[in-house]
Amino acid sequence: MSITEYFNLLWTDYTLRTITLGTAVLGAICGMLGSFAVLRKQSLLGDAISHAALPGIALAFLITGAKDSGVLLMGALVSGLVGTFWIRGITNKTHLKSDTALGLILSVFFGFGMLLLTFIQKQPNANQAGLDKYLFGQAATLLESDVLLMIIITAISLFVMLLFWKEFKILLFDAEYTKTLGFNTKFIDVLITFLIVLAIVLGLQTVGVVLMSAILLAPAAAARQWTNNLSIMILLAAIIGAVSGVLGTAISASQNNLSTGPVIVLVAGVFVLFSFIFSPTRGILFREIRLRKNRADMKLFKTLQFMYGIALEHENISHPHAIRILNNFQGYTRGSLQKLENEGWITIQGQQWAMTAKGYKQAQEIYNQKSSQ
Amino acid sequence: MSHPQIEIQLIAAIVAMACAIPGVFLVLRKMALISDAISHSILPGIVLGFFLTQDLNSPLLILLAAFTGVITVVLVEFIQKTGLVKEDTAIGLVFPALFSIGVILISKNANDVHLDVDAVLLGELAFAPFDRLMMNGTDLGPKSLWVMGSILLATIILLLLFFKELKISTFDAGLSSVLGISPVVMHYGLMSVSSITVVGAFDAVGAILVVALMIAPAATAYMLTEDLKKMILLSLLFGVLSAISGYWVANLLDASISGSIATTLGAIFLFVYLFAPKKGLISVLYRQKQQRVEVSLITLLLHLNRHEEESERHINHLQEHINWHAVRAKTVLDLAEKNNLVEIRNNIVLLTPKGLLFTEKSLQYILSNKDEKIEPMKEDFFLFRG
Repeated sequence: MSITEYFNLLWTDYTLRTITLGTAVLGAICGMLGSFAVLRKQSLLGDAISHAALPGIALAFLITGAKDSGVLLMGALVSGLVGTFWIRGITNKTHLKSDTALGLILSVFFGFGMLLLTFIQKQPNANQAGLDKYLFGQAATLLESDVLLMIIITAISLFVMLLFWKEFKILLFDAEYTKTLGFNTKFIDVLITFLIVLAIVLGLQTVGVVLMSAILLAPAAAARQWTNNLSIMILLAAIIGAVSGVLGTAISASQNNLSTGPVIVLVAGVFVLFSFIFSPTRGILFREIRLRKNRADMKLFKTLQFMYGIALEHENISHPHAIRILNNFQGYTRGSLQKLENEGWITIQGQQWAMTAKGYKQAQEIYNQKSSQ
Repeated sequence: MSHPQIEIQLIAAIVAMACAIPGVFLVLRKMALISDAISHSILPGIVLGFFLTQDLNSPLLILLAAFTGVITVVLVEFIQKTGLVKEDTAIGLVFPALFSIGVILISKNANDVHLDVDAVLLGELAFAPFDRLMMNGTDLGPKSLWVMGSILLATIILLLLFFKELKISTFDAGLSSVLGISPVVMHYGLMSVSSITVVGAFDAVGAILVVALMIAPAATAYMLTEDLKKMILLSLLFGVLSAISGYWVANLLDASISGSIATTLGAIFLFVYLFAPKKGLISVLYRQKQQRVEVSLITLLLHLNRHEEESERHINHLQEHINWHAVRAKTVLDLAEKNNLVEIRNNIVLLTPKGLLFTEKSLQYILSNKDEKIEPMKEDFFLFRG
């Protein structure tokens, strides 16, 4: 199936529509809540939480014997929260740093989850097959009920976010100030973290524990490059997330043997790369162009100033001088002289240059600017 | 114990030791998550190397993959330097992208070879003894034993040679530059050793357990000591201990050996986290409680010292005046009395001469901004602590 076929089928095929809607909603909620994770410098918390959710899935299956994704995700939620609060306990109460705490919880919980998963696989009776889809995610296994659950949770998170918008925003940018204003920062903090855990758990079935954190980060990191406004950033991140979800699903569905998770991650990665390079204000490309332009301007001004120094020694500023005497000054070329003439700052006649009144004024201005700095 | 069983435990123990040494420095340099990033992003390197060599234990593959690991570090630092995103986001973006490329390469091309994603995440220690190193027809033992053994040996030699340099650049990068030891060289040296270790261990124990083996022993050891040499020895001990006990747990449950080793590491950490003598959770909480009571005690003594009038010194008054709950006031008062700092006559609290001396000394320290001197003084005055 090619990608165009996929999009044609999208309007008629029930399964495809469900899956696509699911990944779109997932991308949107992850982009929305991921913005908070990125701005709070908690990017890697998402990675730890998603890995920490694995034993919860396995335990929920072991206890209930059910493969209903609601039950499994409940288990994931509980163990994700246990992991999160243990990380907080380690960083708050001991001298271990957050990176150690994150790495430790991530790998130990994941190892425990794999221990349980392999243990389950060896059990003779169970209908255990399919639990390993939680490693890399398989969007094709999404049911309508799963998508409905996603939509409900997204709506609730959106509602909570709008309700606590002011609190979230102020905590994000000035935690100390928030405290002095009398807000319960601990509560807001726990609420944001809880929402992030919720978003991660929702994505496990589609993207898998290993790559979930990237879906959380990438849309937000891309959106951050285009704006300095929080609400626009969240909206943009949600859109980028949704588009990556849909495109990723389309690509993975159109090929054999492709898990959805890695493809969505790569699509989102392309968005990030594009934003890093082409964002007009922060992007690498335009920054480089601005840098070069500034450097060229600076050289031009330096040449002009050197000429100004020479012109000052004469009563008539427009007294012509030989280009030769600029030889001691390394910063000029034929091209830059031409540019200076084009600006109308000097006139060139043969091997002689002369400063114009306009150029004199310009040089004086630069001189004043410099001395006032 | 059968022959392969001994070999598996030996491999596990050697992998654990090889990981523990760089792990200590990563934890101390607050770079623990770099090991996570490296362990994921070497995957494309391994896949490409595998296509070239068709042998998971070939040295070329190990070098190629380790190079991918170093590239990850460079890439993360590059993104961080552009200032577009913070360091943690940079790490979080780079390794999933590289890992995804690896997964896709495997699923598109490697259907016919024995390299699948489960093996990548988990490794399979149980199979390690079957891949043997043969030379002139003689069996020299499992290949991964040789690979990891050489990596461990190289790591130990490097550690002994550069111990001083590593120590200085870890704890004081500025001083190390002044002394002519480049922190940059040390940094990339450590990154290269970590990468090679991760790649070598990855085949046996999988991408994520490598992280557990690097970080968990070091973190556990760090809870117990602040001496670098002791920390390295302790983390070697924890690594080997959990490698061997993890193996037997897995044997019992018939489950993944690497998952079981990680779980054992977690269990050991949990135990130390709770019960470590100085830094453990229980000891920290106990000390915080003790501090609270003792600060209240000093407040009480200062209050008594300041007020002559009996109404201010009446037992019932203390509760309302210093705003303590009844229980707290009683604890503090009991402690003061037990230590013979105050005596109570007709419900009026009086400072004893010893109490007066302590209070005046404390007051002097507080007034001259030397609060920290009160703490050792408590040793002299208090028979019972809060």
